[in-house]
Amino acid sequence: MSRKLALAVLAAFSTAALAEINIGVSVSATGPAASLGIPEKNTIALLPTTIGGQKVNYIVLDDATDPTAATKNIKKLISENKVDVVIGSTTTPNSLAMMDIAVDNETPLISMAGSAIVVEPMDTKRQWVFKTAQNDAHMATAIVQHMTDKNVQSVAFIGFADAYGEGWYKEFAKIAEARKLKVVASERYQRNDTSVTGQILKIIAAKPDAVLVGGAGTPAVLPQKALKEKGYKGLIYQTHGVANNDFLRVGAKDVEGAFLPVGPMVVAAQLPADNPVRNSALEYVNKYEAANGKGSVSSFGGHAWDAGVLLGAAIPQALKKARPGTVEFRRALREALEGVKNVPGAHGIFNMSTSDHQGFDQRARVMVTIQNNTWKLIK
Amino acid sequence: MDLQIFLLLGQDGVTNGAIYALLALALVLIFAVTRIIFIPQGEFVAYGALTLASLQAGKIPGTVWLLLALGLVVIVLDGVQMLREGRYGKLPSLLIFNLGWPLLCAAVLFALPPGDLPLALQVLLSLLLVVPMGPMVYRVAYQPLAGASVLVLLIVSVAVHVAMIGLGLLFFGAEGSRTPAFTEVSFELAGAPLQGQTLLVVAASAALIAGLYFFFERTLYGKALRATAMNRTGARLMGIAPTLAGKLCFTLAAAIGVFSGILIAPITTIYYDSGFLIGLKGFVGAIIGGLASYPVAALGALLVGLLESYSSFWASAYKEVIVFTMIIPVLLWRSLTTRHVEEEEE
Repeated sequence: MSRKLALAVLAAFSTAALAEINIGVSVSATGPAASLGIPEKNTIALLPTTIGGQKVNYIVLDDATDPTAATKNIKKLISENKVDVVIGSTTTPNSLAMMDIAVDNETPLISMAGSAIVVEPMDTKRQWVFKTAQNDAHMATAIVQHMTDKNVQSVAFIGFADAYGEGWYKEFAKIAEARKLKVVASERYQRNDTSVTGQILKIIAAKPDAVLVGGAGTPAVLPQKALKEKGYKGLIYQTHGVANNDFLRVGAKDVEGAFLPVGPMVVAAQLPADNPVRNSALEYVNKYEAANGKGSVSSFGGHAWDAGVLLGAAIPQALKKARPGTVEFRRALREALEGVKNVPGAHGIFNMSTSDHQGFDQRARVMVTIQNNTWKLIK
Repeated sequence: MDLQIFLLLGQDGVTNGAIYALLALALVLIFAVTRIIFIPQGEFVAYGALTLASLQAGKIPGTVWLLLALGLVVIVLDGVQMLREGRYGKLPSLLIFNLGWPLLCAAVLFALPPGDLPLALQVLLSLLLVVPMGPMVYRVAYQPLAGASVLVLLIVSVAVHVAMIGLGLLFFGAEGSRTPAFTEVSFELAGAPLQGQTLLVVAASAALIAGLYFFFERTLYGKALRATAMNRTGARLMGIAPTLAGKLCFTLAAAIGVFSGILIAPITTIYYDSGFLIGLKGFVGAIIGGLASYPVAALGALLVGLLESYSSFWASAYKEVIVFTMIIPVLLWRSLTTRHVEEEEE
């Protein structure tokens, strides 16, 4: 709607001279984050080719989940392709590496990474950076909320022995403490461990009401499988990092009954009709599945789509002030991105401000459970 | 920690230890016969497990292409030499092993939908697909350098390891796989549940170790390998070709690796790069055995498994640190107690 409106406004003024808008994209389509980067890359192909009456070119590069390659990509995009804005990258380390180059060249950067440090704390650098993926804190609050609703008193944590697991533990422990939840055990394991029996026995010995598995992708199956094998009867929670089809494929019946927070897009078709995100999420899901086959959509591609949604809302504003390809346009685009209000994306409603460059609220996550090997929305 | 937890941890440690023991034996075997520290041993574990997983998913595993490519390289390398030397009589066997065999495997894969085969056949097919890569890798990467120093051979091992990991990512993708359990049976032992799969791993490992023992003690080829391990030059004087010994022990090592992979695939999720860490723990066991003694290496690997299991209970974040730090006192003790004669190449 807002896009059409913007188009009409633009047509009325039609002051902007004809110039093409160049959007640079760097995603991790290969390497360890490939299962996130590939749907993002596929999504870029679905983004609109004209915004605000101007032709838009997308220049897509692969950074192989390597921060050095990501840096090289953004340098190339800025110096050779003269891009007006960069979308990238898939992971937090890559996004942080790209940030400095973007700031030096006054080019807005829209990241799809999960960690809040990409846009927080707000400073002169981060005013150029925006982020479409939910912060971990959004998701952790949803988990704690669900736990307190289920009358959970004590909880155990088992997570990756790396930045992902540590980050989740810190975020989760902070919120749990505030809500009077007792964390009775905190264990770690390696992504490629073949056994977590020791950690699981220790957790079971502590008798928690619930266990949170702080892992991403298929390695998060192992603790839940071990808990089931050893006869644990409490609630099991996973993080949104597992929300892809590979997790269901590898986990099969061992992950049945797990609770996790996800972006509403994952269960778009199950959302009630009055949910504000339902239509915009379904629009993306239908487009993606029409192009890539039924059941192919994953939550990560939605973050790339949302980057397109943000640009679709901001570029017409910026076009009023300057011509694409100039530093004035990039400055105007940054301001316009910061001014995005009530724009529905695939994962939630964006409300940007000078201090918040993520822009989501509690409408950007829902709790789901795994039932019959599919995600099922908890009403 | 009560008795039940103690038993469960022990059971877990023995299961993993049995796998590490198999790999430790393979590493000792290869080092004793060829002086190669075989880092890619773990890759055969991952290749075996993932090949089985893709067969079960009804997909054509990428390893079949690697097998074909390696076979062709071997034929070019060996064939040119044979033609030059006029040894035409050896050409048919070269072609059969390196071209006929991979083509036959590929034909079987394309003719039959692999997903519908019974489990035993799928296991057999995975073994047939991956094991021949052992001697082929030896021919392509190591044989031209067979006389080089241990360090050069180690560097080649690192290169082979990196290449195999990269190919693994290409063939199987970044996400892991798990195969269904061979058996769902479970028992009670002193109040602790005992999975049938665990028993299967331990029993299969024990059977394989016994089989290796008979191979080395009772067969001509086994004795030839032992002779080569004891004294390379002496064995050569007695008519044992070093190339044959090298290929034979690589075949054995690959078979052990693939077999271990198939055994653990139902217990845990295997990724294209999982093999390295598993192989490294086998290597710690082999180090305890001084890369020379089979029984000590096997016991050492068992110790690694148990240590890993108990330390994951007490200090899960430091598990790997504890396991790999164990090498230091072992090396210290070995360097103090054994008189080591520096091996020098001529």
